[in-house]
Amino acid sequence: MSAIRVPVVEKIFNANDQIAHQNRHLMNQNDVFAINIMASPGAGKTSFILQTIKHLQADFKIGVIEGDTAAVTIDSDKVVAAGMPAVQINTGGECHLDATMVSEALTRLPLAELDLVIVENVGNLICPAAFDLGTSINLLIASVPEGDDKPYKYPNIYRGLEVLIINKTDLQPYVQFDMDYFTRGVQLLNPGLTTFPVSCRTGEGIMPWIDWLKAEILRSRQG
Amino acid sequence: MHELSVTESILSIASEYAQKSEAKKVTDIHLVIGRLSSIVDDSVQFYWDFVAENTICQGAKLHFNRIAAKLECQDCDFTYEITEMLTPCPKCGGFNTHIISGEEFYLESIEIEKEEFKTL
Repeated sequence: MSAIRVPVVEKIFNANDQIAHQNRHLMNQNDVFAINIMASPGAGKTSFILQTIKHLQADFKIGVIEGDTAAVTIDSDKVVAAGMPAVQINTGGECHLDATMVSEALTRLPLAELDLVIVENVGNLICPAAFDLGTSINLLIASVPEGDDKPYKYPNIYRGLEVLIINKTDLQPYVQFDMDYFTRGVQLLNPGLTTFPVSCRTGEGIMPWIDWLKAEILRSRQG
Repeated sequence: MHELSVTESILSIASEYAQKSEAKKVTDIHLVIGRLSSIVDDSVQFYWDFVAENTICQGAKLHFNRIAAKLECQDCDFTYEITEMLTPCPKCGGFNTHIISGEEFYLESIEIEKEEFKTL
């Protein structure tokens, strides 16, 4: 027997990234803009999605992919009740969505009829950061009650973002949340990140996000 | 805890290269992991023995080469390493930084054994 060293130099997430690339291509072909929404549990992902649907449904046809670790359909039921096609992915306990799961879910959505696909990732600040899904943008919802130290503790998830939503701003008078400290942490990781402070409960701050998103959807079609 | 999927990917890449090289078995796997990529070595090691069982990689030893997380301050050009917590530039206190290393996550090489051909 002889021992031989074989050079590999391959990214561990290569297989996922390739499927993500296919998803991106498929959605581009169908003129579909897609958003990967990440957050910790309870940050307000579903409320944010429902707010977004409410303001966009007159102009755009929207589909939703719901990632859940358990086979409950609470979130997707809310979306269907709002009149939009929703597909549920039960990750079977997995802590994140990956490109393969999304690729399978995309076959169950009427892509040719849609303008926007919103993917609700599993509530988790660590694992979803590692898996590209092939969406047009990655978005994180941070919420005020979670605390202002999250960028410092979970740096990874802030790195690959195009948009940051700071939700539950209406709770700021009641909890310790130093907005400057939070924002500086974000700046260290992702300089100039597009950020929208909102309250999904009161609706405050939602319109700047809606206007930005509308413009991005239209811009992606020209590109 | 996405280490299970990570471990499965490592197995799939290592096995592919082992087969291409006509290996009999894989003895060592060298991974390069930046400190900013949230991968826990112990968890990968924990899953590895289960995942690699009855494959060409069974018994292969995992080596983790951890790359330090380094930031460069865009204001004063100072380069510094972060270990525990993300911090602003220790020299000028600036937040205008750029990450120069620590996000690596790849399989660098494998060590294999081959059946030696006897010369006739």
